[in-house]
Amino acid sequence: MKISIEQVEHVAKLARLHLSEEEKQEMSEKLSQILTYMDKLNELNTEGILPTSHVVEIKNVFREDKVEPSLPEDQALQNAPDRVNGYFRVPRVIE
Amino acid sequence: MLLHAHTATHPYPTLPYPHTSILLKMEYEAVIGLEVHTQLKTRSKIFCSCSTEFGAKPNHNTCPICQGMPGVLPILNKQVVEFGIRTALAMNCTIADYSLFARKNYFYPDLPKAYQISQYELPLAQHGWIEIQVDGISKKIGVTRIHMEEDAGKSIHDENITGSKNYSFIDFNRCGMPLLEIVSEPDMRSPEEAREYLLKLKGILEYLEVSDCNMEEGSLRCDANISVRPKGSTKLGTKTEVKNMNSFKNVQRALEYEMARQIQILEEGGRIVQETCLWDVDQGVTRPMRSKEEAHDYRYFPEPDLVPLVIDKEWIEQIRKSLPELADARTARFISQYGIPEYDARVLTASKFIADYYENTVKLYPNPKVVSNWVMGDILRKLKEHEEADIRTCPITPQHLAGMLKLIEEGTISGKIAKVVFEDMYATGKMPEEIVKEKGLIQISDEKEVAAVVDRIIAANPETVAQYKAGKQKAFGFFVGEVMKATQGKANPQLVNKLLKEKLST
Repeated sequence: MKISIEQVEHVAKLARLHLSEEEKQEMSEKLSQILTYMDKLNELNTEGILPTSHVVEIKNVFREDKVEPSLPEDQALQNAPDRVNGYFRVPRVIE
Repeated sequence: MLLHAHTATHPYPTLPYPHTSILLKMEYEAVIGLEVHTQLKTRSKIFCSCSTEFGAKPNHNTCPICQGMPGVLPILNKQVVEFGIRTALAMNCTIADYSLFARKNYFYPDLPKAYQISQYELPLAQHGWIEIQVDGISKKIGVTRIHMEEDAGKSIHDENITGSKNYSFIDFNRCGMPLLEIVSEPDMRSPEEAREYLLKLKGILEYLEVSDCNMEEGSLRCDANISVRPKGSTKLGTKTEVKNMNSFKNVQRALEYEMARQIQILEEGGRIVQETCLWDVDQGVTRPMRSKEEAHDYRYFPEPDLVPLVIDKEWIEQIRKSLPELADARTARFISQYGIPEYDARVLTASKFIADYYENTVKLYPNPKVVSNWVMGDILRKLKEHEEADIRTCPITPQHLAGMLKLIEEGTISGKIAKVVFEDMYATGKMPEEIVKEKGLIQISDEKEVAAVVDRIIAANPETVAQYKAGKQKAFGFFVGEVMKATQGKANPQLVNKLLKEKLST
């Protein structure tokens, strides 16, 4: 399966990646190779087999509905590049 | 969340509301489906142990998990699953024996992981229905699916808070709050049906005690898909999505507007553009939103950090057994136990809290029909006047109402005075006996005292007396009114009637 430059650009945009022209070319080739390998896997007959979402056989891991202390304000905001009055401050996101 | 109101210019016509002035070439019907998000009332968040309390200081209920720090792992809150199963059962869904969580990927500042943990291909439950009543006719509305997901944080753009046009503020307290998304089939044919569906759904969630369902606080949110088509047609028209309808009234208004807008476009030979719009509550119009990025390319994939959810029959049956009596069952019980009409029973049981209020009042004043009249009439009217206020915080408690009804029955106050007492109870929260005493509202049932007033009124109006005696029956009402006026409404009405009849016939 071929992944076009346009598809690479689209996915890069969604992932907020800035790719150079060479990188786009490289990604197009590499992604195409990966998907070509998927085509190979698709040759297997998987009828009646559920898609695997996890490779380990574990199910139903729960926690009880109990409240534990949250981070103190200072720690909660420690990684914030910018903060005001207990809020994270970010560049305006609507016009 | 990715979409923004486009307010500068918009191609939408300015429509009169309500939309009645245009003569239509044909009759239309709407095709409406609703997507409802409801916040579950667990103590802790869906994937971490932070508190879900409302109104905490910004970012005080956050931890490395809900802030999406690298290397942390979410663990599913069991109560969320139980609430989900409870809801799915009450909405007649089939519960998946195997379901999965998935990542919905998009960038937004209030989504710290840059993905929302949701369910996609294998949701918790599917294929259910909710029954609604419109104009006395029952109709089943399909529930396509119910799934669990986490909420995002809250973005604040209000300049009064941020102090600048250049910034937005982010509060992650809401991030990781447990949500159920309940998606309906496009089975509703009018904005009124949509409102009924939403009310019924809210009623069910309240009966189940899984959500506070407060639209203003955002614990119940609703988006709609709507298209129109000529009545009788089976072909679907192009739909639009309407967001930002934050009250029951607004859901109906927004859909009525959008329906009228689409009809107008079709009548003028135009084409509907498939798009998302925002309801502008102040202007009473819908406006198209503008997408900041390719919004609908979420690239879902299975969440590797959460293991599959396997729900066995025993677990489902155990939850089924614990389900409370729901609205329809309670309606049937009210009819048989209290002997009230079906209409009354339906109105009273639509909300669990109104039904509880009614039953508590009947316990104190065992006259079901009288109580029903007051609750359905004065109490519900009062709550409506106050923006659909919550009956649980109504200043008139069942004790107040029952106390007042006893005073009427004992003849201490008249029905008319009761209205005064009622208003006073609502305003002050005082008990009826106290109000009656304070304001001297006790009914005058002393025959001599009332007779004296009746005599005075008759003597003062000889002309009207003559008219009455000449056959003008209406004049009787005038005398009743005058006597009541003279006694500030306190005269016992039966006594007034009796005395007037006696004295006017001599």
